[in-house]
Amino acid sequence: MTRRQRLLATGLEVTVPLLLLVIWGLWSSGSSTYYFPPLTDILSTFADTWLFERVGSDVVPSLVRMGLGFGIAVVVAISAGLLLGLSPRARRAAAPIVEFLRAIPPPALLPFAILVIGVGNSMKVFIIAFVCIWPILLNTIDGVTGVDPTLRDTTRVYGVSKRDRLWRVMLPAASPQIFAGMRTSLSLALILMVISEMVASTNGIGYFVLQSQRTFAIPEMWSGILLLGILGYTLNGAFVLIERRVLRWHRGARASALS
Amino acid sequence: MLTVDHLGKTYGEGEDAVEAIGDLEFEVLEKEFVCIVGPSGCGKTTLLKCMSGLLTPTRGEVRLHDARIDGPPERMALVFQEYGRSLYPWMSVRQNVAFPLRRKRLAKEEASQLVEQAVEAVDLTGFLDRYPWELSGGMQQRVAIARALAYQPEILLMDEPFASVDAQTRADLEDLILEVRRQYGVTVVFVTHDIDESVYLGDRIVVLTPAPTTVQESLDVDLPTPRDQLETKELPEFARLRAHVYRSIKREQTSAEPERAPA
Repeated sequence: MTRRQRLLATGLEVTVPLLLLVIWGLWSSGSSTYYFPPLTDILSTFADTWLFERVGSDVVPSLVRMGLGFGIAVVVAISAGLLLGLSPRARRAAAPIVEFLRAIPPPALLPFAILVIGVGNSMKVFIIAFVCIWPILLNTIDGVTGVDPTLRDTTRVYGVSKRDRLWRVMLPAASPQIFAGMRTSLSLALILMVISEMVASTNGIGYFVLQSQRTFAIPEMWSGILLLGILGYTLNGAFVLIERRVLRWHRGARASALS
Repeated sequence: MLTVDHLGKTYGEGEDAVEAIGDLEFEVLEKEFVCIVGPSGCGKTTLLKCMSGLLTPTRGEVRLHDARIDGPPERMALVFQEYGRSLYPWMSVRQNVAFPLRRKRLAKEEASQLVEQAVEAVDLTGFLDRYPWELSGGMQQRVAIARALAYQPEILLMDEPFASVDAQTRADLEDLILEVRRQYGVTVVFVTHDIDESVYLGDRIVVLTPAPTTVQESLDVDLPTPRDQLETKELPEFARLRAHVYRSIKREQTSAEPERAPA
């Protein structure tokens, strides 16, 4: 891409959303429909609510739950994925269980989780982690079993220790797939955070959105939805930045293999 | 020092069994440069994998200093044909070369000295902190050679290492391997399907038959050292050896043809 094309592309990325906002603003400006308040109302409510009055009471708890759940899932799924990836026998044994557990629609677990773990934070963290595990686990297994045979042979010939083989060969070799799985899980984490907070909670963004709707605070409800969108977008963006850094070698290697 | 003793390898079982190596027997002496040539598909790679302990033979055994090889020995390194797939793309040149040394538990300075020496021997000093994919094919293969050298093997196995680079690079790499072999005093077993290359590089050539592989003949190469891409290749002896090996391979191929024919 030339500099000009890049500028144009970035320009489009910025202008189109702004344009949509303007259209939304104009369309809703004289709105007297109860459910679609003027955008300006939503925005001013947004500022009143989220900058920064409810940050401590709702945003932080939500993010903590999500971060913990996602973090636990990453650690558990990568470790289990490496183990299963290295052992065909273990993989065979685990496959039906993995396929079964991951087929359960996550919200269906909520009643069980509330019953067993209660309505506190741990239940939400559990649900988020449980859902986030599968994409990362399956991708890790895929990544490990897909390591190039020549690379495996090289590692064997040089007598690389078990530990180094795991952490310095298999893990980096599988990391492109692992990151793809993590990205899927990240959006799942956000979804499950909201759902778990809507079912049983006394704070959190999900709770706030539902509570606003129940109390007919429609601009507040909209501001919560808007915030969730912004959060999702930002998290994904941050994730992509990290991924680019960590997987710089992968993009380089792929580009040189194609040229 | 390396003995291939009645080695045989059969893939699969029963009716689907494919006999890759029939019965191989030869020896590699200390500091020798042995080239192994044979028609394509003659089980050269299988042989190398058995020699390096990556593959367990079906019959017979390979011995290094009279010890049976049942896994990759510590005093042995292997350079693959597919340099692009045998270097770790997430490691820099320096890290790639240093990685196998972790096993040896050397002092930091000693390890980095070995790495720098080896990288210098293959003329890549300026590229220590580059990544393999930033380098050309020939340079990547030189990194793989440096990695093998830094590992300080007694014996270096090479599986058609120059088959995927262009002709000019190939000639350079041939001279490079002769030079580092002299410098490091390492025994080399070099598998190739290129007859010129085997005559140019080897002290001895082992010619293999098509699968199921046996040794067709073992041939001493009496060419003066150091070898030179122009002068050596102009010698009448070079031409004679080249023709000899060529006929040897051709003969075995035609004689093997009728055996393969019935379907």
